[in-house]
Amino acid sequence: MAHFTKPDEGSWTEHFKIGTEPISYEDSVSPEFYELERDAIFRRTWLNVGRVEQLPRKGSYFTKELDAARTSIVVVRGNDGEVRAFHNVCRHRGNKLVWNDYPREETSGFCRQFTCKYHAWRYSLEGELTFVQQEGEFFDLDKSDYGLVGVRAEVWEGFIFVNLDPENTTPLREYLGEFGKGIEGYPFDKLTQVHKYRAEIGSNWKLFIDAFAEFYHAPILHGGQYEPEERAKIQKYGYQALAYDVDGPHSLVSSWGGIAPPQEPKMVKPIERALRSGLFGPWDAPDIGLTTEQLPPAINPTRDPRWGMDSFVFFPNFMLLIWRPNWVLTYHYWPTSYNTHIFEGTAYFVPPKNAFERLQQELAVVSFKEYGLQDGNTLEATQTMLESGTVTDFPLCDQEILLRHLHNTAGQYVRDFQQRQAKPAAPSRS
Amino acid sequence: MANVLPPEFADLEPFADWAIPTERARYAKRIASSMDELQAFYDAAYPRLESSTEYLQQVSMDDIGEEDKHLLWLFCSLVTVAFPVEAWRQARVPDSGASSIDAVLEPAV
Repeated sequence: MAHFTKPDEGSWTEHFKIGTEPISYEDSVSPEFYELERDAIFRRTWLNVGRVEQLPRKGSYFTKELDAARTSIVVVRGNDGEVRAFHNVCRHRGNKLVWNDYPREETSGFCRQFTCKYHAWRYSLEGELTFVQQEGEFFDLDKSDYGLVGVRAEVWEGFIFVNLDPENTTPLREYLGEFGKGIEGYPFDKLTQVHKYRAEIGSNWKLFIDAFAEFYHAPILHGGQYEPEERAKIQKYGYQALAYDVDGPHSLVSSWGGIAPPQEPKMVKPIERALRSGLFGPWDAPDIGLTTEQLPPAINPTRDPRWGMDSFVFFPNFMLLIWRPNWVLTYHYWPTSYNTHIFEGTAYFVPPKNAFERLQQELAVVSFKEYGLQDGNTLEATQTMLESGTVTDFPLCDQEILLRHLHNTAGQYVRDFQQRQAKPAAPSRS
Repeated sequence: MANVLPPEFADLEPFADWAIPTERARYAKRIASSMDELQAFYDAAYPRLESSTEYLQQVSMDDIGEEDKHLLWLFCSLVTVAFPVEAWRQARVPDSGASSIDAVLEPAV
């Protein structure tokens, strides 16, 4: 039974010409493929590493471990107010420049300059080498040759992105495409109340995006979170999205409203009734200066009155969820090997005015965590059996279109990269 | 022991050990507790949450006092304890095994 209209082709998957055959998931169990992804994807695309609010003033900095891209970076606001990124490595003997106690852990803070722990070489916030200990002992050392190695950094709507490809010429805004342009104007800067969660997940990074890019699983895996009567109803109906969309490597699922607020209070658990909140967020949306109808055009793209949330997948590893009750959730997936990754989930709310609103937000983030725990462990179970190689043909349904698109896109990036590598080098000019 | 909650919530003083400032520590106490302990806290605190919407709406986050802070933290614990009591019938999320998702950044209050 169709709840929502599909394209004339009869399915979203055929509409976007993505292919309907079973997929193998070889790309999620192969260490060799992962090594290719590191160079073809994580060293070539724009990666979101944080928000401008993390750099409130000149000299504010944070580090980001980018294991998949084989580096660590430091992101800093310079004396001119600009956000810059550098490889986190001292030019003298290669020590990691900024870290505390544990070299592999991320850190953040405020400083006037960066000083290497090893021999006290110093760098300005703009990356220039400004001081060399016993400079006279060196041989023809020109400090201007030894500044920090820059990484291209650009900011979109307050989200800081970096691109590690020195040959990249695509500006961030162009890379983010139609979805990026169509989200611009959303008041992210008003959502400054932040809750951030982190987990080490025993699966390939793409499998967790798969889990969050389809809601076909929600009535089943998360059935226990509904009241029994509601659970039976939801399982019978199953899940259908309002709309899917694809733009270049990126994709979108636009979803109906669910339970914020529910049609009947008895559909939800007592704590949700008492706090008027739940997984979909507080039922009473705070003022963000825009009504639902006034949201930028990429948000609720079908302008359906039943709309509840949009989930954008910005390739490769950044998901942006915009919820009807005026809050935002982001997901990041940072690979650490072919079958492990770090997951980050960050919730952004309008700062609560009173204790009741604070509790409404607490329930929304704790609900996200409870669901996430169910998802995370299921992924490890999936990874181990995919690795067994017993089954290699997996059928995906129309509600799983974003998964196909993600795996196809990763495959395409890797193939393009291999082709470029295989090309004989252009003859050098004599 | 001196009371830590607002006088209107004196009946919850026996559960003041649930007034914990961080989500990570609240969750740790939840999974270290028996279902009987979680149920007892829930049974005492839930009706008070249900009847205190107006009170909580009058507690401004800009100048929240110490007693109200404790009350807020105690109700934050109720939020996490509601999952085992209302849904899971066990302290841990079912099938979550050794996996964990940890709060690494949260509001100061």
